[in-house]
This record gives sequence, structure tokens and C-alpha cells, in this order.
Amino acid sequence: MSDDKPIISPEQRAAYDRVNTMLNRLTLVAVGIVVVVVTLMFFPQGLDLGTADQVAATEVPEVDPLEEGIVDGIHVETGFVVDEGWELVRANCTACHSSKLVTQNRADRAGWESMIRWMQETQKLWDLGENEPIILDYLAKHYAPQRKGRRARLTHIEWYELEP
Amino acid sequence: MKEKKTVNIHRLYAEDPIEADRLLFGRESDPVSRRGFLRRTGLSAMAAVLGGPIVFAEHMPGGLLPALLLQDGNEEALKKLGKHTGLTILNDKPWNIETPAHLLDDEVTPADRMFLRNNGLMPTSIDPATWTLTIDGEAVTKPVSFTLAELKQKFTHHSYRLVLECGGNGRAEFDPPAKGNQWTVGAVQCAEWTGVRLKDVLNAVGVKSNAVYIGYYGGDTHLSGDPDKVVISRGVPMAKALEDETLLAFAMNGKDIPLAHGHPLRLVVGGWPASASGKWLKRIAIRDRVHDGPKMTGDSYRVPCKPVEPGEKVPDEGMCIIESMPVKSVITSPKSGAILDKGRTLELRGHAWAGDLSVKRMEVSIDFGASWQAADLKPAHNRLAWQRWTANVKFPETGYYEVWARATDSSGRSQPMVVPGWNPKGYLNNATHRIAVRVR
Repeated sequence: MSDDKPIISPEQRAAYDRVNTMLNRLTLVAVGIVVVVVTLMFFPQGLDLGTADQVAATEVPEVDPLEEGIVDGIHVETGFVVDEGWELVRANCTACHSSKLVTQNRADRAGWESMIRWMQETQKLWDLGENEPIILDYLAKHYAPQRKGRRARLTHIEWYELEP
Repeated sequence: MKEKKTVNIHRLYAEDPIEADRLLFGRESDPVSRRGFLRRTGLSAMAAVLGGPIVFAEHMPGGLLPALLLQDGNEEALKKLGKHTGLTILNDKPWNIETPAHLLDDEVTPADRMFLRNNGLMPTSIDPATWTLTIDGEAVTKPVSFTLAELKQKFTHHSYRLVLECGGNGRAEFDPPAKGNQWTVGAVQCAEWTGVRLKDVLNAVGVKSNAVYIGYYGGDTHLSGDPDKVVISRGVPMAKALEDETLLAFAMNGKDIPLAHGHPLRLVVGGWPASASGKWLKRIAIRDRVHDGPKMTGDSYRVPCKPVEPGEKVPDEGMCIIESMPVKSVITSPKSGAILDKGRTLELRGHAWAGDLSVKRMEVSIDFGASWQAADLKPAHNRLAWQRWTANVKFPETGYYEVWARATDSSGRSQPMVVPGWNPKGYLNNATHRIAVRVR
């Protein structure tokens, strides 16, 4: 093996530096992504930098839909259908539990009301006051029961070739 | 209400998508068309996160958070919890995660393929060296506390494979819908648990003749954050508590129990709703009455004592506590959706279990239950473990088929082909599991 050190031309050195700088930037980007993903994991509702007030969310600031991450009428972060009352549902329901608990359930107005009463009686949910009818209207409209019968047909079948 | 300052990836994209692209991925799109990637580094960084090349990158609008990235968030969360990325997150606060049937194929369910059902927030810091279990209640001679080390030293260790199935497994099929996490088929598992028998510990403590029920208390925190509020405290009658297989377990599949599944100590009561198997176990009360802790009363883990019409209001006194889970089975191979050529034999495999009982017969049908073919059924590894079954089926013609699997327990009761008796919270759906098959 030769002891000679490879000779690098100034052009090669400059190219090497450029690659190095790019790699450093990529590393920074990668670290940034990791920070964002970890933040998302630990704070799925957003990193709360303010004081956490355990106050009933009776007033919700007006929000511009364009600034709230809404795609095809669905609020991406929570999965809620965007319609009158959705901000109230988000503010009052996701303070304690995931929005997924709302969006995976179906009930009529009376059914949603009984869930709210149960949470108020046993789970420390606050009085929803004048917002309650708005919340109930929203839930009954967008998360209404669907008829399944005694046994639904199989859906969401992902067809694949069975290995020999 | 105070304005909350929040910083997360969705917000970043919501506020200034173009800037978010640049900040996160170094992406600069064409300032006029707002499409494409002006610098390749942005594309490669985004592609690296997504785990594959972005096809048609030149047409990708600027500021569009790829939908896959949200999926990626789910996968990261599953990995963080030590779960296989094929599992389904039903709820992330509290964590409720279900296993698709084809990932339950193992004889002994590995930790990463085990469904997760939390009622509250998991404990964050646990020191096994200082962990204690207290046995108290109206029906003990006097309250006694054990350290984890004392439990391990004083009592004989036993290992059993035990089926733990969520009482609400199958809830998604009820009509009218039942409230709660919408489990389909995969809220069941059979791991190997090692610990000491509860009956040995209770013998050492001294239980009075007026003992009726046990009630556990764990180390989780209520969703409201109130440290004094008990999340869930359930239990079983003394007869079940004193069975050989009822364990105070400190190991699962030969290792420490994972945090999400009750580290460092949990109750394991095979064959009954898994909610009877308290996690992060700190205290067991020996009660002189039926235990009345949170989720022992009302509609929780209780069903109408007599059959009701779907949707019927049931008075509190008409509800009875669920005890043994009913007979059930699952097809774990192949995964639903298999396409095979005509003439080929399809090998089927799965598990069957029956709460406190055993499974005596297993059958499969490819004609919607018109005819049934016997499957080969193995005995359980031990009482309360599930049983392996296998069957080979041939299809007479090309077309769409469903394979249905039906188990019959030692008392002669079989799984129904339709969803069984409606109940307010949607428990005990043991209808036959079905997979779709296409023959061409």
C-alpha cells in the first residue's frame, strides 16, 4: 500500500467543502425533523407554552379555517368535520381525551347527551352551559348512527396474491 | 380563555406552508407556480422522512404536508410504545390499540402484537425496588404489604399462558352502536405470564370467612389529571380469585412486563374480561361485598341479566356483571383478501378459546354457514390458554368466498353467525370471524 497522501486540487477541495456543507445542513434538517416528530408524539394537541388553565372552554376565539390545517372539510389534527360548533367540541372534549374517542363513536342526539351526562357524573366534565345544544347538534349531525343490521358485509378488503 | 401558544407541525404548515416546507425540509418551490422543488436537498429530505421517493415531485404543490407524514406519526407512536406498526390506534388519550387478526398468528402472543387497552394515563416513573403491594379490605385479618422482592422470594413461581380478551372486543358491530372504543376482532391475546398465585398470598395474609370479592387498585392516573380519582378498580368473586391460574404476575413471555401492560406487577385473571386483570398493581382489597369500584357498576362491564331488544333502556338493577367470556375463535392465516388459483388447497390456521371452559369442536364454512367442515383442534397448553386449530379447504368454483370459523365450547355452546344479544356498552360479541377469499 502506498504511503502517499492523495493530492487534492483546489477545485476538488471546494467541491468537497460544498458537499460537506450540504451534509451538515441535511443533518440539521434531520435533527429538526426528529424534534418535530417527537414533539408531535408527546404533545399531539400541540406544545403548550402557556399556563394550562383547567377552565371550561366556554369561549373559543374565532379562527380562520385557512390557518387551522383544514383539508376537504376535515380538521387534519383532530379529524373533526368542520362545521358549526366544531371548535367548541374540540375545546371541551379534547381537553381530557383524544378526538379519536369522538370520531370513532356514533349516536343520536339523546345518545350523545347521555355520554355527556355520564362524563359529568363520573369523569369530571364541566357544565357545558349554553354551548351544550350547539355541541349536541354538531355531534348528532356529523356522528349519527348508521344501520349495520345483524351482520354487515365485509368491507375494506385489501386483495393480495397468496404466496405459493 | 387565555390564548394558547402552540407549536407543532400542523400549525407550522397552517401558518405558512411555504415557510414550513423551507424550515422543515429545506424545500423551496417555484415562486411563480409554487410547485416542484428548486433545490434537490428539500426533495431528498422529505423523501427520507417518508421512506421512499416522491413520484411526480415536480407537480407537488408547495406547502402540502404529505398525508403519509401523518401516518408516519402513527407509526412512530406505535414504535415508541413497542408495538408492531401494523396495529391500529383506536385512541391516543388514553391509548387503545388493536391487533389485526393476521398478526395474532403466534402461539404465544409477543408484546409487540398485543392489543393495548388503557382507561387512564400510564404511570411515568416506576421503581420496582420500592414498589409495594398492599392487601387490605373488610375481609382480611389485618392489612399486609409486600415489596416486589418479598413476593418473589416468599411464594412459589408459576407460569401460565392465559387468554386476555377485552370485554368490548367486537363492539364495532353492534346496532344501534355502542359507545366506547370501537374494537373489531383483535382485542385478544394469549401471552405467557409468570408470577405468584394470588391464593398463596391470600393464604399467608389471612382472609376471613366473610370474603366475597376482590378489588384491585393500580398506579395509573385519571384522564382529568385528578391524582385522587381512581381510574378503574375492578375485581372478581373469591372463587375465581383463588383459582390456580389467577396470578400476581411480574413477568410476561419470560421478561419484565412492558410498562404499557402493567410493569412491574399486575393481576392476571384468564378467561374473564381483561379489565379484571388490573395493571400497575398497588393494592388488592378483600371485600365483604361485591366490589363497587369505578367500572364495576352502571353499564360498565355489565350486560342485561335478561335479553333485551336492541336499543332498549335497561334499568340499573337489570344489569349483571360479566364473568367468563364466551366461546370464540379467530382466523389468523391467511390474512383476509387472499387471491388463489382454482384447484389450490387453502391452509387455514387460527386460535379458539372459551373463557373458563375449553373448546371441544372447531369448524369452518366456505358457503356462509350452509355446511361446516371439521378443523383439527389441539388441546390447550394449560387451562385458560387458547387452542390452535388448522384446516384445509378446497373451493369448487372460481369467485368470491368468505371463510367463516366457528368454535363450540365444552358445554356445547357455539359461536353465533350473527351479532349476539345487544347490550348498552356492546360487550361479548362472539360472532364467527370471517375472511374474504377470491378464487380465479
